[in-house]
Amino acid sequence: MVDADLAGLSNNLVLGAVLLYVVAMFGYAADLVASPTRAERRALVGAGAPASDEAPEEGKRRVDWGRFAVLITCLGWLAHAAAMIARGVAVERWPWANMYEFVVAICLAAVTAYLVLLYKAKARFLGAFVMVAVVIGLGAATIWLYQEAGAVVPALESYWIAIHVSAAIIASGGFTVGCVASVLYLAAARREAAGPEKSKPGLLDRLPSADVFDGLAYKSVMFVFPIWTFAIIAGAIWADSAWGRYWGWDPKETWSFIVFAIYAGYLHARATAGWKGKKAAAVSLVGYAALLFNLVGVNIFFEGLHSYSGM
Amino acid sequence: MGLTGWLRWGWRQLTSMRTALVLLFLVALASVPGSIFPQRGMSPEKVQEYFTNNPDLAVWLDRLSLFDVFAAPWFAAIYLLLFTSLAGCVVPRAWQLFQHVRARPPKAPKRFGRLPQHAEFTSEAAPSEVVEAARTALRGRRFRTVVDSGAGGESVASEKGYLGEAGNLLFHLALLALLFAVGLGALFGYRGNLLLTEGKGFSNSLAFYDEYQPGHFVDPEDLAPFQLTLDDFEASFISSGPQTGQPKGFSAKVTYQEEPGGEGKKYDIRVNHPLQVDGAKVYLLGHGYAPTFKITDSEGNVAFDDAVQFLPRETGNLTSEGVLKAPDAKPQLAFQMMFWPTAGASGDGTAIVSTFPGPLNPTVAVMAAFKGDLNMDGGAPQSVFEIDSTKLEMVKLAEDAKVLKLGDKLELPDGAGTLEFTGFKEYGAITVTYDPGRVPALVAGALAILGLVGSFMIRRRRVWVRASVGKDGRTLVEVGGLTLGAATAEFDEIVRELRPDDDGRDTRPQDSEPVATGPIKE
Repeated sequence: MVDADLAGLSNNLVLGAVLLYVVAMFGYAADLVASPTRAERRALVGAGAPASDEAPEEGKRRVDWGRFAVLITCLGWLAHAAAMIARGVAVERWPWANMYEFVVAICLAAVTAYLVLLYKAKARFLGAFVMVAVVIGLGAATIWLYQEAGAVVPALESYWIAIHVSAAIIASGGFTVGCVASVLYLAAARREAAGPEKSKPGLLDRLPSADVFDGLAYKSVMFVFPIWTFAIIAGAIWADSAWGRYWGWDPKETWSFIVFAIYAGYLHARATAGWKGKKAAAVSLVGYAALLFNLVGVNIFFEGLHSYSGM
Repeated sequence: MGLTGWLRWGWRQLTSMRTALVLLFLVALASVPGSIFPQRGMSPEKVQEYFTNNPDLAVWLDRLSLFDVFAAPWFAAIYLLLFTSLAGCVVPRAWQLFQHVRARPPKAPKRFGRLPQHAEFTSEAAPSEVVEAARTALRGRRFRTVVDSGAGGESVASEKGYLGEAGNLLFHLALLALLFAVGLGALFGYRGNLLLTEGKGFSNSLAFYDEYQPGHFVDPEDLAPFQLTLDDFEASFISSGPQTGQPKGFSAKVTYQEEPGGEGKKYDIRVNHPLQVDGAKVYLLGHGYAPTFKITDSEGNVAFDDAVQFLPRETGNLTSEGVLKAPDAKPQLAFQMMFWPTAGASGDGTAIVSTFPGPLNPTVAVMAAFKGDLNMDGGAPQSVFEIDSTKLEMVKLAEDAKVLKLGDKLELPDGAGTLEFTGFKEYGAITVTYDPGRVPALVAGALAILGLVGSFMIRRRRVWVRASVGKDGRTLVEVGGLTLGAATAEFDEIVRELRPDDDGRDTRPQDSEPVATGPIKE
């Protein structure tokens, strides 16, 4: 029933993806270190150079670390996606039925969300930070959450797993990128508040302004909030046929509602005087913490119907 | 400030965004204890356990409704305030939107240069032609348009994207509707649980349920009058490899009649595959073993010959325990027993355990046997899973006689009777639910998502086009745009569409990305 060779290949591909992401992380870091600080950019613009972030130094650099990192990220993404496909084929089902598989899938969604932002909003400066989050996620999955490839309990044998769980995965991936952007926003806002040239230029001065991160965080959350809502409602429809009620305040249901409420609060807070800015970003971080707790804590601490983690 | 003043002030505070935000966070926070403490609605047995383990603390937690968080008055207070606040915010906004849709798009401002998006070019065409062309183009893009003429020249004002705000309102109203749908289910729905052994049947009425939770307005006489018999129950388990014992599938083959005397229909109830009958849904939510026994009493009469439902003590390998009472026996007899579907020795070899949930080696052990008076004549209802031993005498059994394989008999000392383990059946834990709020809740949920997507994707935007005769005799065309939220690329497309190929002087960079954005000021 379980194809052991394919399952082994999947594990190796996950390890390969982690290694590639680590390499990409250093590539992004090198790119950031090599990119001009804000003061330098201003000086260049003042001197009549084009106002682009990267153009002026492109020619001088021996290695374009940014492009290299993006290339490696894409390779990592391919290995990551192939790992999930191999796992799915090996066990003949959707490959996100226990916590290990779920976390691996969320990491893939986060990298995908980053690649989308890279394409749509030129958000390469997020790369290093997303890679850190994803490497931690995949590492934790492999070390602490690993489950042998295998069959699932009858309750999970439903086409709703493709709908409900993948929506939760996509939303979690997007929230992850939103969280990274919010953290960077808070750091950048603090740096900007401290005044421009108080200390010698650090990493934060090589990043875009706080507003850019604020916008990215908002866009990410705005994009995946309806998907999270959909995941909850699809889960309710599934629960109605699997457990005899569409909502029963199972710990997982309760926490997914809490996540919904906090992110709804973030979306409102960002448009409310007195809350926008740092406070709103803090709300979004609390939301992400609740999301992580729902993912990990609820499986470990509470007994409920969503006991599929295999832990 | 008089009373009305205070009321007004209070209402304004309640419906302000800050209050709504605080209430939203409070709802999230208030839900947390619902996941920490066992809840009566979900697992009453866990609440009982909590009371046993922490009697002093449990009493206090119970006073604070922490075992019924989602039915607690303080939880209701928060969500009712939140929904009132929400309604107080959304309803006036809906009225405002309605008025905006009816009103004409606002007139063009004097200077377009101050708008976040603006462009200028010249045209050979007369101002009225330019304005007419602009109006057609804007209408083609589903803008609402009005043409004005004044001292500054002719202009067209246009606006579209009302669906964004409509989506926002729809989302919030759908949440209100969802709350009502949940309430509808709680008031007019019901839920009944029973354990149904193979070969047995039940009618959808109070008498058959082990547990019955009706809504406030449910009349027990009005339940859907169907009947159902469990013909066969099948459970299959993975029998090799590291996942040995994990369930593969459960299936309850049933025959049901929608009403007494009706046509018998067959159905296969499985997990994720409930039976729908007459508005109610019948679920298979668990299973267990019902060993069959035959009791011959001291006078040689068969006093019992039936299946007895045993409750699983653990769900992995289904070690189960049960109680058999024989009120017809003389003297009356009772047994407390264990059942292992696949009996095997424990790791250290000192005890019997179940090593597999399927019935590979079904074995029963009599833990205790009683004779005498079951104390059932008093009329007080007794649990079928407990023995009232006040008037019973414990029967001493030999250790090696306690364990019974299929067909084995246990002779009680002093000729008090014989217990024979004749076989076993399986039972399904059946739940019947009726929830009239289910479909309204689904519709509300779908509308909520639709509204969310609409409110995030569609932005209200205004475009003005003014045409006047310039100093050089050519027509000067000015285009201005204002978008609620981030500007879209649509403005540039409109300008490109309107601009003639020989647009003469071009005073501003046209294709640069819109930089500045500003909110639409009402």
